[in-house]
Amino acid sequence: MDKATVLNIAKLARIKVSESETENLAGELTNIFDWIEQLNEVNTDNVEPMTSVVAMAMPSRTDEVNDGADAERVLQNAPDRPADAQGNPLAFYVVPKVVE
Amino acid sequence: MNSLTDLTIARSRDGLDKGDFSAVELAEAHIAAVEAARDLNAFITETPELALERAKASDERRAKGAAASAMDGIPIAVKDLYCTDGVATTAGSHILEDFTPPYESTVTQNLKEAGAVMLGKTNMDEFAMGSANITSYHGNVINPWKLDDGKDRVPGGSSGGSAAAVAGHLALGGAGSDTGGSIRQPASFSGIVGMKPTYGRCSRWGMVAFASSLDQAGPMTRTVEDAAIMLQSMVSHDKKDSTSVDQSIPDFAAALTSNIKDLKVGVPKEYRLDGMPGEIETLWQQGIEWLKAAGAEPVEISLPYTKYALPTYYIVAPAEASSNLARYDGVRYGLRVEGDSLDEMYENTRGQGFGAEVRRRIMIGTYVLSAGYYDAYYVKAMKLRTLILQEFQQAFEGVDVMLTPTAPSPAFAIGEKLDDPVQMYLNDVFTVPASLAGLPAISVPGGLSDEGLPLGLHLITKPFDEETLFRVGGVLEEAANFTAQPSYLEGVA
Repeated sequence: MDKATVLNIAKLARIKVSESETENLAGELTNIFDWIEQLNEVNTDNVEPMTSVVAMAMPSRTDEVNDGADAERVLQNAPDRPADAQGNPLAFYVVPKVVE
Repeated sequence: MNSLTDLTIARSRDGLDKGDFSAVELAEAHIAAVEAARDLNAFITETPELALERAKASDERRAKGAAASAMDGIPIAVKDLYCTDGVATTAGSHILEDFTPPYESTVTQNLKEAGAVMLGKTNMDEFAMGSANITSYHGNVINPWKLDDGKDRVPGGSSGGSAAAVAGHLALGGAGSDTGGSIRQPASFSGIVGMKPTYGRCSRWGMVAFASSLDQAGPMTRTVEDAAIMLQSMVSHDKKDSTSVDQSIPDFAAALTSNIKDLKVGVPKEYRLDGMPGEIETLWQQGIEWLKAAGAEPVEISLPYTKYALPTYYIVAPAEASSNLARYDGVRYGLRVEGDSLDEMYENTRGQGFGAEVRRRIMIGTYVLSAGYYDAYYVKAMKLRTLILQEFQQAFEGVDVMLTPTAPSPAFAIGEKLDDPVQMYLNDVFTVPASLAGLPAISVPGGLSDEGLPLGLHLITKPFDEETLFRVGGVLEEAANFTAQPSYLEGVA
């Protein structure tokens, strides 16, 4: 795995990696994937990929509101919360600019 | 040994019932122990006021003859990935450093309703990714087991803080979580009991997710009976977790009958690794002899796919992690590091918010799920997982339980095994297969290594057969008669 591949994966994962880290990661990920390659020894042509370890039917419930009207708790951890003139937090938060 | 912090959960319950001491006294003794042991770095957040408040309520319940459960008034440590209402929950990460959940996880809610007294939130590998508790943003946890070489040893991981808290007599029980061995391996390294129930026994709701198809809550305690008592107050069928199973819940402690006559114990030959230390093999053979002496019948079995479990795990778990951890983007909660564009804000936030091991695993996961590689890696791994599960199912047609070592080594010194991630991953070589198959498993202290560090024995049973696990675990515990104490405790008394 080369540095260009590492940079591409980092971009897909939205993780900033430094130049020096790119070099290390290329080496480490190469080792890990070399080790993972041993799975190719196993013929899996007629094997179904696992979907669940426990055989059970997917549960369903009635489609009705069972929670909500709790803006304060939902917004409790929002990073950027504006306040009104009295200093009370408003029931929304500011996201970074998305549209240029 | 006569202090309140040296009791078991079972003895504490009896003492509380008889009025020998109060839950407040029990809590005070443990709060003092937690404060005196800050050098172990077992806790990220201590909650002494909350503990005293809950202990007081527990005493009031007991005075009315209305104790909620065998856990009522029992001081416990909770891994910092269980969301706890109003108490900071960081998952050992910078990105969640200032996160305080406005809700309670189902498992900690169950423990709370059972009357358990939370002493605080324990340190852990960041997002539960690690086998040595050296990836936490809050620093390394120190194993209470020390040798006279002056080196600090790792407690194992990822539930290293809970393991150190229970081994160091800071708590009577610890809530851990196990994705590939994160309860059982630290239990082995710390000389305690660690148990992972069947996938689906405990609700994952409110647990910070690592790999959702593998994550499972479980107890960490000083005896097998305590593990059974504590598990009883953790399990439930929960509509808020669609993988939580609606299965009858037995009385786990009642399974400890000591009777394992004619039980067939599988000994999988593939767990004998090249280069495995002789002391691990010796203890394993000893374990087989102990079970045989108790009337069980050892049977050598073969699980040829065992060697593929770990590389399979290192596709599946990072893939799920990369998906689960996509939510930490700096927008709605958690750390935000500004940038010139939205993408740059994401990249800065995640680059600075996640530590090196988490970044590495997200990148492995991103790669194996990316276009062109999905079939070659992810689908391949899910096929291997089917084969591993089928192999276990076939083996359990002939045996009731399997016995293996828990880990391929005793606790190592902090700073060792850092050069090569694959060497670190090998810590979980014996615990990962059961995780991939969703099977219940337990680590019980078996003895000491040549140097004097604890080693665990590992039992695996069929889905939802935790009772056999506790029964056989109890027999192993009795035979091993593991009375050694971590040297850390000598300096405390």
